[in-house]
Amino acid sequence: MSSQIETAVTRFLVGRARFGPFEIAFWLAAFATIYFLPGRHLILTETAIWGLFALSLDLILGYAGIISLGHAAFFGVGAYAAGLLAKHEIIVEPSIALLAAGVMAAALGFATSFLVLRGSDLTRLMVTLGVSLVCFELANKFGEITGGADGLQGITMAPVFGTYRFDMFGHTAYIYALVWLFVLFVLARRVVNSPFGLSLKAIKGNALRSSAIGIAVNWRLVAIYTLSAGYAGIAGGLLAQTQAFASLSMLSIDRSADALLILIIGGTGYLYGGLIGALIYRLLQDFLSDFSARYWQYWIGFVLIMMVLFGRVYGSIIAALIIGATIWFDLSSTTSFLVTGLSLFALGIVRERLVKWIALRERQTVNWFHRVWTGSKPAVHGRSDHVGGA
Amino acid sequence: MSAVLETSNLDKRFGGIVAASAISIAIRKGARHALIGPNGAGKTTFVNLLAGLLRPSGGEILLDGMPITNLEPHARVRLGIARTFQINQLFADLTPIETLGLAISERHGSGRDWWRIVGSRPGVTAEVSELLERFRLVDVMTERTAILPYGKQRLLEIAVAFACRPRVLLLDEPAAGVPEAERHEILATIAALPADVTVLLIEHDMDIVFSFADRISVLVNGELFVEGPPDEVARDPRVKAVYLGEALDA
Repeated sequence: MSSQIETAVTRFLVGRARFGPFEIAFWLAAFATIYFLPGRHLILTETAIWGLFALSLDLILGYAGIISLGHAAFFGVGAYAAGLLAKHEIIVEPSIALLAAGVMAAALGFATSFLVLRGSDLTRLMVTLGVSLVCFELANKFGEITGGADGLQGITMAPVFGTYRFDMFGHTAYIYALVWLFVLFVLARRVVNSPFGLSLKAIKGNALRSSAIGIAVNWRLVAIYTLSAGYAGIAGGLLAQTQAFASLSMLSIDRSADALLILIIGGTGYLYGGLIGALIYRLLQDFLSDFSARYWQYWIGFVLIMMVLFGRVYGSIIAALIIGATIWFDLSSTTSFLVTGLSLFALGIVRERLVKWIALRERQTVNWFHRVWTGSKPAVHGRSDHVGGA
Repeated sequence: MSAVLETSNLDKRFGGIVAASAISIAIRKGARHALIGPNGAGKTTFVNLLAGLLRPSGGEILLDGMPITNLEPHARVRLGIARTFQINQLFADLTPIETLGLAISERHGSGRDWWRIVGSRPGVTAEVSELLERFRLVDVMTERTAILPYGKQRLLEIAVAFACRPRVLLLDEPAAGVPEAERHEILATIAALPADVTVLLIEHDMDIVFSFADRISVLVNGELFVEGPPDEVARDPRVKAVYLGEALDA
């Protein structure tokens, strides 16, 4: 009996950490693009970097519950570090230089982690935002080192491992970025499935209980914040290396907000959110700038509001319906702003009712499928929410 | 007398309110010690002081004669003081398997291990399944804690504290809010705790207290009022007057 239970326990815990068929398919598809989409490598490189940056944010937001609006600080420090190392030929080999850039960003993460340990989400938002503003202005002020508003120019990248040159079509850059992404992803996956990763989820869920089972809560948060900063730094370094350029925009609040946006689109707490979000964001950006080149951010904003109001799936459907309608009726941008503005207003008012209606229909559909499938009624699950929070 | 946990002149004031006043208590090794008292007597404050969630305004706490008054809660857990909470403090998104696996990993000192997978240590999985059985959680072990029936959550609350393998277990109203039908399950598991674990029980239900405890302390207005074996406390006229009243006559 008890050995049976033990087998079940082991299977449950180990099964969670195993690569599933979807994950394998995801990475096979990602690596297949090296051969099948050679014309898209420049864009894909950027997408992979966005994905890595969003992944770094997921490590603190999705696993430890630390919200940040200043993650670009680490991204930018990594970018400038990689750029300067290459420009002044301090570390020539790109992958070692990138690792060094990551370490520098991680050091900044460690130093500032103590500021985000305490306090509410709002405090953390403000502190992280503040740190990134400070970094931005420092880079601006010390223009003789960073190039100031003109950006860091004159970077020449040495070949990877002394062999693979960065070509102008970005093939090498893409493979380089993708391999970094994959390696760091596997590492992150390992970390979040370790006892350490589980303790982060526990802290996010209930810090009070975490300390009551002997977890040194603060040190765990310092550790993951440092790691996340290192990841962000490597993402920034990758961008600087593959573009042979670093600029103040890599430290900007826009950059931080983008990462948050991408992560919210893709979903937090399962590591793929950042990657899938980056892909969707990219496609959305492409599609929307075709459809409305000048005002594509308007539509990104619209889609985002729909997603948080109605959930990822139904929000996208509603947004797609409304955007589709403006295309169908060939509305001018002013008219379509008016239409979407009014529909935002109306949807805001009927939100509760609409959400309930959707949930009801969803349940009915699921039950219907269940009946057809099994020929029986589904069991109703009771729910009790007596779990405290700290 | 071998006291495992001891307090001397423990004080706690919140502004002008005195929540604990010069409490000196000695809990013997292996004792089943109950702490009772009317609402607002300072029982939970006292547990919070012992567990380190609150710092005393004065006095000392000793574990095996060693002062632990200034240690963080997690450090006290590692020294062997674990507790349950009156209101469940659990990990809503984790399953009982994960919750217990985590507590055991932390106790083994592998909680900082960021490389090995949680279930890859045979010692951990063996102990998880032993705890699941002991606390009757096998049937719900792969469910999210948030959707467990309240009685099961209450059992998990005790199980996760027990998973820290404490020398002293502080139980803050373990049966609070549990429907009558599920109560016996919790009481049975508490009664079956190993004899070498010292238990300090806070409880309102006098049936539970008198069937369980071998020593009772009565706390009134933050002060230790009476202490003694159950029959002595039950006979004490002052206790009857202050607190127990008809509950004991019945």
